[in-house]
Amino acid sequence: MTNVLLQYATVFVLSVFVGIEIISKVPSILHTPLMSGSNAIHGVILVGSMLILGAANTNAEEVLGFLAVILATLNVVGGFVVTDRMLEMFKPRTPRAKPGAKADADGAKGADS
Amino acid sequence: MSRGTLIDLLYLVAALTFILALKGLGSPKRARMGNVIAAAGMLLAVVATFFNRVDGHPLHHVLLILLGMAVGLVVAVPTARFVQMTAMPQLVAIFNGVGGGAACLVSLTEFIHIKSTKPATYVVLEVLLGVLIGTVSFSGSAIAFAKLQELMTGRPITYAGQQFINALVGLAALAVIVITLVTSSTALLWVLLVVAFVLGIAFVLPIGGADVPVLISLLNSFTGLAVAASGFTLGSNLLIVAGTLVGASGTLLTMLMSKAMGRSLPNILFSAFGSVVTAGTGAGAEQRSVRSGSPEDVAVMLGFASRVVFIPGYGLAVAQAQNVLRELAENLEKKGVEVFYAIHPVAGRMPGHMNVLLAEANVPYDDLIEMDEANSELTTADVAIVVGANDTVNPAATDDPASPIYGMPIIHADAAENVIFMKRSMRPGFAGIDNELLYNPKTTLVFGDAKDTLTKIVAAVKAS
Repeated sequence: MTNVLLQYATVFVLSVFVGIEIISKVPSILHTPLMSGSNAIHGVILVGSMLILGAANTNAEEVLGFLAVILATLNVVGGFVVTDRMLEMFKPRTPRAKPGAKADADGAKGADS
Repeated sequence: MSRGTLIDLLYLVAALTFILALKGLGSPKRARMGNVIAAAGMLLAVVATFFNRVDGHPLHHVLLILLGMAVGLVVAVPTARFVQMTAMPQLVAIFNGVGGGAACLVSLTEFIHIKSTKPATYVVLEVLLGVLIGTVSFSGSAIAFAKLQELMTGRPITYAGQQFINALVGLAALAVIVITLVTSSTALLWVLLVVAFVLGIAFVLPIGGADVPVLISLLNSFTGLAVAASGFTLGSNLLIVAGTLVGASGTLLTMLMSKAMGRSLPNILFSAFGSVVTAGTGAGAEQRSVRSGSPEDVAVMLGFASRVVFIPGYGLAVAQAQNVLRELAENLEKKGVEVFYAIHPVAGRMPGHMNVLLAEANVPYDDLIEMDEANSELTTADVAIVVGANDTVNPAATDDPASPIYGMPIIHADAAENVIFMKRSMRPGFAGIDNELLYNPKTTLVFGDAKDTLTKIVAAVKAS
């Protein structure tokens, strides 16, 4: 049994390092979407909730498990949809960094306003 | 390959997508893709779980599971789709809270399920940690939601001996955990549930509205850890990996956010920031002279400008004035005026919130400049227009060591030749601190709703 615990502990420790490593360089404008995106990822508790409800033997377990499935679904679905809505805004635009290109971009903007 | 191995492999794929997703979310180009990848991985994991076996039999209550999911879907999709963008921080808070609640329920239910088998002490500890962290995240997020939604005051709520009482509640939680481990009494689990619930509330009450986003980020990583704890109990590598990833990256993100505000995390969590209005805002404040002007005055001023910097804040979004602001920028550009939007890292309610709000109004991404660049542009700007921002341009952050926001990096609006400050009233901003900039001789105040004011300015600029 302790072998199993050790295996989980290994996975845990490695995940800590991966988690820190992958977001070490994030521009501040992406802090909010990143928070929201990782919020959706911990919605994986839905898998746990399904296993719990799927194993339920008593009424108490059924009620708690059912509640867990609802809450977890809210977390996972809401999380991904909100994040997607935020990131919709980051679609690429016509670059207008150079002064020469500026007039064209202004013309294009005038059309949609 | 057996069914169990296949499912475990699919879980591994899902865990990989989460890692790739977090990686992608760190870059503007791949962020949206990253989110889609994670959603696909999640779907894969959920579908695979339907074919999983528990206690040696296929999943029971499949219909009940589907029903629960349907309920969740019906509530979550419209909420997430149609709530105003300005209310996004609250949404993240609430979706995080329910995740914490689910993690707590999973740990709790698993414990009820296995308690007759006399689980090992470490299993009980995993359950207790899952319940404790999940519940704190749940009740804490609920209070954070209430603060941001303005169901309750955004000011820190403090009372005598608060730190002491909070410490006491924290110790009580630890004590319950230790006693439960020693006696393996299940009744105490319910006591822990209550204590953790109170702890979450007590922990969040003294945190001011302006700091709540950082708090949400922290609670987000708490939920991650609660999920990881449930993963230990259930023996699921997927839950451990995903929960720990969020726990670790969320903690780092929390620290990055507090750094962007120029504050340390303990300072945010324990200093009841913004509860006292600083000296200088006393009774004399209202008698101090300010200069105010009409939208037409502003239009004239802008007519002579060649470089204009907008400094937007949350008030802009509240007034729904982003589109009018962009219109003003376009009209000025037509007259050959250079226009920039100076974005403070914490403008809005969360880091990056203002970028999203402006992008929604089709403001070109390249016109947005970050704080450091903004501060160098401002030294040569003719006019700085502050719309709905306050604390992020408050010179007290650099000048007044007694100010609670001292040390926070700000946008130096007063470096510009002229400052136009649009305000609804003389009320202080979100952090509850008076702003010296209002009394600066360079400053012209324009009172009124930002949208009305901007619309009038646009009309006047067009006419000139």
